[in-house]
Amino acid sequence: MEVPILKQGPYLIGSVQSALTDADLLQLRDTLVEKVGRFRSLGVIVDVTAMDVMDSFASRTLSDIAHMIRLRGAETVIVGIQPEVAFAMVQLGLTLQGVTTALDLEEGLTFLDRRTKKHGAHSVPRPR
Amino acid sequence: MMPILESDAGSKPGASERLVEQPRAQVKKAASVNIQSDRDILSARQQGRALAQQVGLTSSDQTVVATVISELARNILLYARPGALTLGVVESNGRRGIQVEARDHGPGIPDIERALRVGYSTSKSLGLGLPGVRRLVDEFEIVSKPGKGTVVKVKKWK
Repeated sequence: MEVPILKQGPYLIGSVQSALTDADLLQLRDTLVEKVGRFRSLGVIVDVTAMDVMDSFASRTLSDIAHMIRLRGAETVIVGIQPEVAFAMVQLGLTLQGVTTALDLEEGLTFLDRRTKKHGAHSVPRPR
Repeated sequence: MMPILESDAGSKPGASERLVEQPRAQVKKAASVNIQSDRDILSARQQGRALAQQVGLTSSDQTVVATVISELARNILLYARPGALTLGVVESNGRRGIQVEARDHGPGIPDIERALRVGYSTSKSLGLGLPGVRRLVDEFEIVSKPGKGTVVKVKKWK
């Protein structure tokens, strides 16, 4: 199932709606990396609240997304990793090192606002 | 190739690998999923989670079972296509759990010790697959015959 990507001011929000196949994850990566340039976005949020499992492939792909987006000049925040998913990830040795995470969408937006303001950009009003 | 039986998750590899005659657990086969594409991985782990829920595993352990299935299925997809996962309910001394058996007819793993070491990977994954799976489950068993294939059998008890 394709991940819908919303444009919210200077940010892109990829909101995972259900369990993803490997192909879906790769498509999410490619779409975000392309759109961040098309919309000149300053930040990207990937909301994984609905992800059932974060295995080594998903973890690596999210990490790739964050690093590719950074190379494109924007910041990425992964939000919504559920407690039991975090538990299994740590047991597997998956720590998403070097990737910014936040509790939920709201915290992710707060982080991006703070981060991009530092660089002189304007913050956007928060969605209700 | 001798099977490596491991009943103590989280113990040091190498030191604790031993052949143990485990009390025979009753296995009731519940589902079998052929792994030929990434969609099959998804289907297998969803079935596994549902089964884990039926058996009464905690939500955390349901996720663990789904994650283990995902890793084992991906191993098949990456190295040894086609193969299949068999999911079952195990019972032993009144305890229940989930068994996942991954069976492939791929090239086999020539050096299991090495494949079970964190950081070792012949493909582009993180090399966390098998060692990670071993940490997640209560019992881990692997038998591999070069040229014939590999069988990984794991159990997660309630």
